[in-house]
Formats: sequence, C-alpha cells, structure tokens
Amino acid sequence: MRYSSDPETTLSLGHRLKRAWNSDLCWRFRHSPVAMISFAVTLLLVLSAIFAPLVAPFNPFDPGSLNLMNGFTPPSTPNAFTGEQFLLGTDDQGRDILSTILYGMRISLFVGFAAVTLGMLIGVTLGLIAGYFGGIIDAIIMRIADIQLTFPSILVALLIFGVAKGFTPVEYRDEVALWVLIIAIGLSDWVQFARVVRGATLVEKNKEYVQAARLIGRSSSSIIFGHILRNVMSPVLVIATISLALAIIAEATLSFLGVGVPPTQPSLGTLIRIGQGFLFSGEWWILLFPAVTLLSLALAVNLMGDWLRDALNPKLK
Amino acid sequence: MTLLHIKDLTVEYPSRHGVFKAVSGVNLTVEPGEIHGLVGESGAGKSTIGAAIMGLLERPGHISGGTIAFKSKMINGLDATAMQGLRGKQISMIFQDPLTSLNPLLTVGEQLIETISLHLGLSRDAARQRATELLDRVGIPDPALRLRQYPHQFSGGMRQRVVIALALCSEPDVIFADEPTTALDVAVQAQILDLIKDLAQERQVGVILVTHDMGVIADTTDRVTVMYRGKVVESGTTAQVMSAPNHKYTKSLIAAVPRPKIKLKRFSQISYGGRDTRFAIEDIARNWNRVETLLDRPLLRVKHLEKKFPIAKSIFPGRSTYLTAVDGISFDIMPGEVFGVVGESGSGKSTIARLISGLYPLDKGEVEFAGQIVSDPRKSEAVAQFRRDIQMIFQDPYSSLNPRLRVLDIIAEPIRHHKILNGAALTKRVHELLEQVGLGAAAAAKFPHEFSGGQRQRISIARALATQPRFLICDEPTSALDVSIQAQILNILKDLQEHLGLTMLFISHDLPVVRQMCDRVAVMQKGRLLELQDTETLFANPQTDYTKELLTLMPHLEGLSDEGLEI
Repeated sequence: MRYSSDPETTLSLGHRLKRAWNSDLCWRFRHSPVAMISFAVTLLLVLSAIFAPLVAPFNPFDPGSLNLMNGFTPPSTPNAFTGEQFLLGTDDQGRDILSTILYGMRISLFVGFAAVTLGMLIGVTLGLIAGYFGGIIDAIIMRIADIQLTFPSILVALLIFGVAKGFTPVEYRDEVALWVLIIAIGLSDWVQFARVVRGATLVEKNKEYVQAARLIGRSSSSIIFGHILRNVMSPVLVIATISLALAIIAEATLSFLGVGVPPTQPSLGTLIRIGQGFLFSGEWWILLFPAVTLLSLALAVNLMGDWLRDALNPKLK
Repeated sequence: MTLLHIKDLTVEYPSRHGVFKAVSGVNLTVEPGEIHGLVGESGAGKSTIGAAIMGLLERPGHISGGTIAFKSKMINGLDATAMQGLRGKQISMIFQDPLTSLNPLLTVGEQLIETISLHLGLSRDAARQRATELLDRVGIPDPALRLRQYPHQFSGGMRQRVVIALALCSEPDVIFADEPTTALDVAVQAQILDLIKDLAQERQVGVILVTHDMGVIADTTDRVTVMYRGKVVESGTTAQVMSAPNHKYTKSLIAAVPRPKIKLKRFSQISYGGRDTRFAIEDIARNWNRVETLLDRPLLRVKHLEKKFPIAKSIFPGRSTYLTAVDGISFDIMPGEVFGVVGESGSGKSTIARLISGLYPLDKGEVEFAGQIVSDPRKSEAVAQFRRDIQMIFQDPYSSLNPRLRVLDIIAEPIRHHKILNGAALTKRVHELLEQVGLGAAAAAKFPHEFSGGQRQRISIARALATQPRFLICDEPTSALDVSIQAQILNILKDLQEHLGLTMLFISHDLPVVRQMCDRVAVMQKGRLLELQDTETLFANPQTDYTKELLTLMPHLEGLSDEGLEI
C-alpha cells in the first residue's frame, strides 16, 4: 500500500536514515548501555554463526580434517602427540571446540528463528481473528490456547516431536528431524502471541478508523490485515524477541535430552550433552564453552527484548 | 486578603529537543469568594499551572522562575511533607473525569469520612454527620442512604457532585477545578457550575476554573485570564474581557463562539498565529459530478428503526436483558438538507448514525436511500452503491485515522476500494484533495500524528469527499476541537452543503452549534424521537417540556462582543 511514483511525496534514502537515527526509539537505544552491549553481543554471535565456514578454523564435519590423536587437547595448550594447538581445546574425537560451537550455533539460531516465525504467524493470525470476530470463534481459539497453557511448553514440544517422529518412516527421520523440531517448538509458543494480539485487537477494533474502513465497504480480511495488524505489531515484536531466547533454550533442552536435532547436525544443546559426560573426568572445556555461548546468546537476546518492551511502552516503567 | 498570588511563574520541561516552556511569566491572583476563569486551547498551559500550585509537576518538569504565594506565604520550593499538609487540605482539586477520581472499591461514605477525619481530626461519628451534610449541600438527595453506596451506583453528574463534596471536606481556601464539566451533559453542566458558584459565595472559597469553553467562562466566572501557548494574553473582569476584548487572540476566541440567540450566515474566523484557514470550495465544486436528484422526494427515509443492545447475556435468550438504544424512529431527509439530531449522551443519537450507515445491523425497520432499500445486506448491488454515496465524519480526530498509515493511503483507500482511479491518477487526485482542504500536497507523505486535531479533521473531510458522496453523516464532528478550530470546520461543512448540495445528518449535543448548522432538528431522549421541527421554530417555540428544559440550559452568553460577526 505504498506509492513511490511522485518525487514530491517520497523522501530520499539518506533523509529516511537520518529520520530513523533521530527517532525516539533510536535515541533511547543510543542512550542505553545495556541495550547497546546486548545488541553488540547478539550481532557478534549471529554474524559469526552465519559466516561460520569463513570464520571457523576447521570444518568439524569434514572427517578428512580430523585426527583422533588430537582428542582431549586442553584449551590453548599444545597436544602431547601432535603438538597442535586449539584455542578452546578439542573433544574426544579431536574436533576443534571453537569450530563446533560456531557450527552448532548456526543450527540453534536457525531452529530458534524458524520456530519463532512459525509461532508468530500462527499466533498473530489466530489472535487477530479471535479478537476481531469475537463470539464463538474467539471462545474456541482461546480455549485451545488455555488448554495448551496448562502444559509446560517443553512438554508440548516433546509430545509433538514424539508423535511426528512416530509417523515418519525410519529412513527419512534424520532428514526431517530438524523441521519436525522447528514445528514442535513453533506450535508450542503461539499462545502468547495469540493472547497479546487478541487483547490489542479488541482495543483497536473499536477505534473509529476501523468503522471508517467498514463504512467504505472494506472486507473483514482487508481491515484485519490492512488496518489492525500494523497497529498491534509493537507488542508482537517484543514477544518475538523474548520468544527467540526461549526457543533457543527449548531447542537446547530437547537436544540435551537427545530428542532434538540428529547427531549429524550437532547444535549447542547436543554439544552440552556430549560435554557433560566428560565433566567429571577432568575435560571441563568440552562442556563449559558451549554452555557459556548458549548463556550469552540467550541472555543478550532476552535483555534486548526487555529493553525493547520498555522503549516501546514507556508507561510500563 | 489575596488567597493565591502567582507572580511571573515559568514552568519548563527539558527534553532532548530542547527546553519546552509550558508556562512562561504568568501572573494570576485569586481573592476569597472569587471564581477566576483560566481559558485557552489545549496545550496552552492551563493544567500545568494547577500542577505547579499543587507541587505535582511531573518530572522532569519544574518551576524555573517566579513565585506562588498562598496567603502571602511562598509555597513553591516547599519540601514534600510541608506540601502534603497544604495539598488537599488548604488547596483542593476537582478533576475532569469523576470516574477516575473516586475509588471504585470504597463506598462514597468511606471515602468522605476518611478524608474528613484525616483533615479535620473529627471522630468517626462527627465525620459521618459532616459527610451527610456535605452531600446534602452539593445537592445529592437522600444523603444518609447514598453514603453507603459505591461510585458506580451514581450517575456522572452525581459523581462529580461527590468529587466536589470530597474537595470541600477539608474546608479548603482555594479550589483548582480542572475542566470540571467537560465530561458532562449540558443539563448537568449547568447544575454543577451553579453549585460551584454558590459554594464560592457561601464559603468565601477562591476557585480557579480551567476550561476551554467560553460559554462556561461567560456564565460563571468573575475574572478571566486568557492564555495562549503558555503566556497570558489578556486578563481582567469577565464582563470587561467578554464585551471589549483587547488582544486579537481573545477577539478570535470570542468571535468563534457559536451564538445561541441569533442565526449567523457563517462562523466568524479571525485567524490568529498564522493558522491555516484555507478551504478551496470553488475548486471542489468545479470538479464535482453532481448526481441529478429529484428535489421533491426525500433522499433518505428511515422507517421504524429499532436497536437493542444486550446488557447481560445469557445462554437462554429469554433471560438476557437488553437496553433499547433506538426505539421505533422514523424520519425523512430531503436532498440538500442539513438534518440535526440532538440529545444527551445515551439518547441514541450516535446509534442512529451507525444504523443508517450499516455499521450496526438493524433489529427492526428499514433504511431507504434514493428510492432503494439499503438496509438489507442481500441487496448487495444497492448496498455497494450506497457505500459510495454516503460518508461519515467522526467525533474523535485522533482515533478516526489509522496512525500507522500515511495520509496518502488513508485518503486513497475509498478511491481504491471503489476502483475509481489507480496509479499516478490516484496519487494526483489525493494531492488535489489535500490542496483543496488546505493542507497542501506535501501532507500526503506524513503520518496522522504529525497533524493537530483540526488538521486531522480536514484529513477526515478529504477522505469523506474522495468518493464524491451525496450524503454526509457528521457525528459530533467538532466536540473534540477548540472553539476557533470548530468554527473553521463548521464553515467547511456549510460550504459543502451550499456549494455541492450535500445532504447531511448532523449529530450534536451542542444546541448553539445545531442552531447555526441545521435546517431541521430532531430532539431525542432515551431512544425516542420527542420532537421534529424546523430549527427556528424549535428554538422559538419548543413543544415538549424536555426541549424547553434543554433550551433554558444553553449558555446565555450575555454581553459578548459582536466584533467580526457575519449576520
């Protein structure tokens, strides 16, 4: 719904950027150390995960580069047999921990983003429909949400994951495991999106601009998606950020339990599960570094979500 | 002795865009028994003065200059404890919204008795005695019983009386009343103002009455201070300022007040402060495709309209209770006529607008437009054409425009929906419309929040004109606007009627405005149509008691300056 044909009414890119830089949100961001640090940490982790093949010193999935003799090398110490050195040490098979973390983070972030996107799509749509139409439709959608809320979301994810796995033929299981995991986590967290969006929609639908659109003769779907949706997006943005941290942790939990991603695509959770086996035999680095990475990632994203909530709704403070 | 003496008061709000002076160099005095009116449009700094007196300025706002003296004692800069001894005890406040100033979980009696025993140190029995007297004094019948009731059991006007009683509990010397009657109906407003007047006289209390309504000022206050953008532009006795204003801004305010007694050709607009008052009606009229209409047949016929809203829903239909909002109403509107509907809030006047426009489904009855029945959704062709032919201008310019859409998209929506134009031609049409309503084409790229209330109402008008409708519904189009902006918008509506022959349904609770705008008026009460008359006949010779009462409650506005009126 945007027109850019007329030069008089469109602004240059530079002008737009300047306006965005001077906007209240950006100004608050520039004046909040917590927000800037957590943004920097998140950005660093996300970028290094995306560019893992370029950044990582080794490819942990390339059997040719592995040397079993390098197994259990402590961080930044030369290996007793080969004399090779690794920044964060190696695991039992001689894989570089730093590289496995970078590659593992790719999986964790991918699952996190995809699951939140799915949950958001479902939750926002159902929330809009429930709030706008009300009545029996609202009652059905929100009762389903209430029932789902009575179970811990990780349990729901486990359930969906287990059922879906049971229906998949054995030979495809590893291939689809990642997608099944995304769907399981996504379906387990649509409820909070739906609740918030429904509440906001109830407020918005009584505003006169909605009546004005109905008066013109606009259909319900174009009012919902053309008018109301853009007015309920700011709380959704906040929930999506916080959900991202939760989804990453949910994925790690499932993988830690051994029901998540297949062993051929280890995520941070898988690394932690492998690492905890060596904790008491003295190879602490195999557990510690993936765990610290997961912690920083989840914490940074969470703090960003908190800041965003305060910045978008200053009255909450 | 002067009760309150404010000298050179300046209040500043520092922000990252620089320091905003909400109030600068204001002088004001209040004597015992005097009602001092503080008038100006929204954002003029009236309420800020109240907050400064009470020591309730919201951070980072602060008093950066001047003094506030209460009974010759400086009170600005007092610490929090000293201020607390003063606030509520010697200076009380009455707020605009009586609903939020009372605690809904406590009975009215508990709130009054607690306040009285706190401030006057009386025993509970003595405090109860006093509370009963106070409720009686503010005109609440059967006070002993009412003490045991909760705020929701009181009507809006009664609640405001309770708030006034609360403010009187501590026997204050000064009362700061911030728009005390803005949320109330005319009839109730007149009673509350009378009460404040009597109390000021009787108890020798000094009252600062903040309002944007010149009618309230003229009828109630002894002295008046006119504010514009944080500064005092004029101050003096009410009679003197009203009959012979000196400052140009005061003149523009007074000229814009709708007169109850005479019908004017147009509202007077004395522009002040470089405001946009352009409206290119000739331009619009030139490009307008007039639909030929039979002038001797009604354009809109409404027959036996009925609408009920459920109050308490039950799964057994028989046990639900309903409120009848509109109860069997019929009327015709002739082409080119401005048809007024007046009544108090809750009389069903807004519901009628929504029933006619199809926003609410009808329970019973029929709406006929240009000979076609349009209230039946099965006749989709007639309904689709009707959607193009009617448009509505809403009451609240802040919620009637989608805040996340650019003005271009807001105005383009009806044109695009009805597939009238598209692409560059559509953009050009929107720019034309914006030029015609006096905002300029550059407004298209902006968002609604970048405009003031009056400018937003112009955007609404541009949207309403986009499909070249034949019928316009105006639902309290100016009740949220300041008086000078109201005059501009009403003149625009008059222009539309005169030059384009637009037919209008004009809904309002403001009788002077209705007299200036409408050809015929329907008076509504509790969902029923009481009286339907030519405007001048109705004002000169009302038939029902209810209409007579409404007319006597109109502000009298005696002795207002006639400068700049177009009679």
